[in-house]
Amino acid sequence: MPLMPVILWTDALVFLLLALGVGFGLYASHHEHLRAPWRRVARSRVGMGALVILVFYVLIGLLDTIHFRLPLTAPLPAAGQPAAERQFAPEVLSLLDAWATPLRKHQEKTYSAPFALTLFVKEAMTQPDGSVIRDYPRLKWGGRHLKDPGQRGWDIAGTALTGLAGGLVVWGLIALPIPWRMARRRGLTLSVMSEQIRAGRTELPWRTALGTLAVMLVLGFIAGELALKYHILGTDKVGEDVFFQALKSIRTGLVIGTLTTLVMLPAAVLLGIMAGYFRGWVDDIIQYLYTTLNAIPGVLLIAAAILMLQVYMANHAEAFESLVQRADLRLLFLCLILGVTSWTGLCRLLRGEALKLREADYVQASVALGVGHFAILGRHILPNVLHIVMITLVLDFSGLVLAEAVLSYVNIGVDPTMNSWGNMINSARLELARDPVVWWSLAAAFLFMFTLVLAANLFADVVRDAFDPRLRGAR
Amino acid sequence: MSAYILRRLLYAIPILIGVNLLTFVLFFVLNSPDEMARMQLGEKRVTPAAISNWKREHGYDQPLLFNESAQGLAKVTQTIFFQRSVRLFAFDFGSSDNGRAIGYDISQRMWPSLAIAVPVLLVGLALNISVALFIVFFRATYLDLGAVVLSVAMMSISGLFYIIGGQFLLSKLFHLVPISGYDTGFEAWKFLILPVIVGVIGGVGSGVRWYRTLFLEEISKDYVRTARAKGLTERRVLFRHVLGNALIPILTGVVVVLPLLFMGSLITESFFGVPGLGSYTIDAISNQDFAIVRAMVFLGAVLYILGLILTDISYTLVDPRVRLQ
Repeated sequence: MPLMPVILWTDALVFLLLALGVGFGLYASHHEHLRAPWRRVARSRVGMGALVILVFYVLIGLLDTIHFRLPLTAPLPAAGQPAAERQFAPEVLSLLDAWATPLRKHQEKTYSAPFALTLFVKEAMTQPDGSVIRDYPRLKWGGRHLKDPGQRGWDIAGTALTGLAGGLVVWGLIALPIPWRMARRRGLTLSVMSEQIRAGRTELPWRTALGTLAVMLVLGFIAGELALKYHILGTDKVGEDVFFQALKSIRTGLVIGTLTTLVMLPAAVLLGIMAGYFRGWVDDIIQYLYTTLNAIPGVLLIAAAILMLQVYMANHAEAFESLVQRADLRLLFLCLILGVTSWTGLCRLLRGEALKLREADYVQASVALGVGHFAILGRHILPNVLHIVMITLVLDFSGLVLAEAVLSYVNIGVDPTMNSWGNMINSARLELARDPVVWWSLAAAFLFMFTLVLAANLFADVVRDAFDPRLRGAR
Repeated sequence: MSAYILRRLLYAIPILIGVNLLTFVLFFVLNSPDEMARMQLGEKRVTPAAISNWKREHGYDQPLLFNESAQGLAKVTQTIFFQRSVRLFAFDFGSSDNGRAIGYDISQRMWPSLAIAVPVLLVGLALNISVALFIVFFRATYLDLGAVVLSVAMMSISGLFYIIGGQFLLSKLFHLVPISGYDTGFEAWKFLILPVIVGVIGGVGSGVRWYRTLFLEEISKDYVRTARAKGLTERRVLFRHVLGNALIPILTGVVVVLPLLFMGSLITESFFGVPGLGSYTIDAISNQDFAIVRAMVFLGAVLYILGLILTDISYTLVDPRVRLQ
């Protein structure tokens, strides 16, 4: 069944970022001054643990980035007529949507608590004998297979055990070859090698990495198995599965956290090293530029820009094919404008570093030999500031993910139709005012966001420590 | 020194002009007043008469940069650019879309903003510094490790959760303080407690970590080793020498944010219903009242530049090695 691939703007940029990342990885693996810090990152237990969690998020985000449209089953062409052009469904789906189809399709009427069998509100129901009572109606999907609500506890435990077993099996498939290969390379027996890993005596912290992997896989499989039968994080106002929403929000968070830095990178790097290298009037102009941009309060600049975008979109509604495209463009625009407000910090750092580097002997020697300015910038200055760029990329990430939530709360963030943790929190505000409290949307957003940001913060710490020679001596 | 300050003040002028031009382009050139009117009036099919009526009512009926129909100097002054942007330099903010004087609103609303921002800053500073000193005193122990882990975890929680959690715990469960609202005069204190607590707690994670790094950097310097070699107790080293010297970066870090305290906190104020400048801005954003947003952008830029100048001055005051020329 042929699909029609759809590449949204942010998809294309995510793929570009991925290509850049791979390219940079290859470049770094040939350069000792870049490889050594990463080795130090790899030797850190905290770093590896956080990295495994981040990889899980990134994989889900990537699954959600490959978009396509399903073909419609076209009616058979009448005899004598050419086959009709293949029609595609207007709905843009991602691989994640397709994979989690049961979650997406299991829509209830309104709120229901996690693992609930009934709706959260009472409804008038007609009994078989004709009388009408007000009670909590059973859910359409959650726990549908259960005849007797009393079995729920056992059913949950059994399903969770299945998930546990599945998770462990997959973990075994991934994890077992590692000690086997390590043992073969070192000429040890498998049992000695696994003993070393268990005791944490390997050079790389395999115990932490494999342990985290086991926890994540087991949790993932348990959640997956249970989510097929229940709404494990409840449903929201219109009955959508909150767990699915939280999963879909991962992409939004990751896109904001990474693309913002990507779009600001060219300007920040170029202007920063030019200001530091050329000094004089070039420096004056660039400094003026970033002081002016910095002087505008960031939130207000974003608000103004998003307001303008809304005016534009309201007046040019016909320019957008679908809601998804519109939301995607707004997301991209948000990244752009967040980049405009945050590139100044990196630019200033790079300017300072370039000021130092231009006095270095090798740069002076190139000048004396008559090498052109831009050749010097590209060959000598740029490679030597790359580590600053990388640290900034990693350090900024968690702040941007948190910023998205705040901006969406003020309605100047991502499109209200887009799944994001900010939108979930925003709607949770009204839900908390209900009695009894609807807490699960907020809890889900908290859980997913906290895990991602904590892992990112810990990883960023390790990366910074590894790259910053000043701190290395202090420890 | 005074020459330096004068020069810095003069340097502020091109920056403010830049900010002004940027907002002008953003608000009037990218979207013409016609489109703004159509958006405000909200309907798909708006008559041209309604648009020009709206523009006249709100003073957007002049040309953008150059008025052909006027005489003499009025060719330049009878324009949107002059009326709306140049006037900001005289702190003449004009009136908002619902006809209120923005300057008056700002002067009224900055007090509630300050009533939250100043206690948050002072209490937060005191708390962060004392906790950081405490864990530096116990550095390289499990206490230190635990505190660092806790502060990283606290940093990883969005500020929104602190506000929602604080409101839920203190107001809804224990009924200690009102959830939101404001009162005039001294009666306001009970509305201020919760925002201040939430503001302080929300900043503890990053604050403690930041000050801990500062102190650790300071503690590895030579004068500290000398002080220890003289036989001073660790407590005396920390409180007299390390704290004293670390105050320089702390102070300058605080000075730069001082003027911006006037702007208030957007999120806190709107959550707690405090009628400060933060909620003023938020309301303006959601009502799409561009006049207020423009005024606040300009005010923010002025305050930011003021903060930069104050920082430079405070450097010379606390660190005699720094000379401004």
